[in-house]
Amino acid sequence: MSIAVYVLVMAGVTYLIRMVPFTFFRKKITSRFWLSFLHYIPYAVLSAMTIPAIFYSTGSMPTAIAGTVVALVMAYFELPLIAVALGASLAAFLTGLVL
Amino acid sequence: MKKDLVKGMSHGIPIMLGYLSVSFGFGILAVSKGLDTLWASLISLTNLTSAGQKAGVDIIAAGGTLLQMALVQVTINMRYSLMALSLSQRLDKSFTTPHRLAASYGITDEIFAVCAAQKTPLTPAYMYGMILVATIGWVGGTVMGALAGQLLPDAVSSALGLVLYGMFIAIVIPPCKKERGVLAVSAAAAVMSLLFYYVFTKVSVGYAVIICAVAASAAGAWLFPVAAEKEGDGT
Repeated sequence: MSIAVYVLVMAGVTYLIRMVPFTFFRKKITSRFWLSFLHYIPYAVLSAMTIPAIFYSTGSMPTAIAGTVVALVMAYFELPLIAVALGASLAAFLTGLVL
Repeated sequence: MKKDLVKGMSHGIPIMLGYLSVSFGFGILAVSKGLDTLWASLISLTNLTSAGQKAGVDIIAAGGTLLQMALVQVTINMRYSLMALSLSQRLDKSFTTPHRLAASYGITDEIFAVCAAQKTPLTPAYMYGMILVATIGWVGGTVMGALAGQLLPDAVSSALGLVLYGMFIAIVIPPCKKERGVLAVSAAAAVMSLLFYYVFTKVSVGYAVIICAVAASAAGAWLFPVAAEKEGDGT
């Protein structure tokens, strides 16, 4: 089968998954439960995607843990996203040099 | 309008940097599975998703069926529906149907996360700016990975693997300090994710994220309902 057909199906399905709820859901939700649910969803998704995947993100547990700790501390002090993201990487890189 | 575009673009920069490193890996993977640089880049441009693309390339390489391709994409990417639904509640009035059709293309984990953290309603220009910068990173990284392979030193590319997760942490931690509910929900989702990773390993990552997020958020909504005035300002 041609690669183009695969890519078409892959891209089409992925687009529809995003487009249908984004475009056709127009009602303002008023239920307190659902509003709270949607308020919490981003944090739940991000936490589930980060833990434990972050510990395997560098291919070495010690460098990943160093990066995680630095990110947690920097985030606690509410530094900008880019600073936290690069700070975590830098910490992992430097830890890798020391090890 | 222009201000929103620039703001979106600047908020897209950390996403772009993270994408560069992740899609670099995708480029290498796609070439190793027998795709050329053009197809690898086209897949990145049309899909804008990491796990789904990796699974898709595996199916292409294995000569799988189109139904299998569709089902795998639905499973891995279903979380985007939840994100799209959540974002649909935060859109500015200027977000007309054509804008929704266009901007929905760019709802990724990271773009969703940054958009969801905004205090003001989302405008099309803001989302377009962010999607543009992020897509440049995603496709650019794929091209470089497909062409350059292993040119980047290992120590650098592996450290870059942390960029996106560092950004996630920066989004989750500050509200955890202020809201007990966010802290509880985040902790619960992390604990459930650990269980899926180490104990219930049969469940695929795509499903595991959905189950963790829905269960933790539903429990949070039940135990820590958000106060009515909070909803008004979109927090």
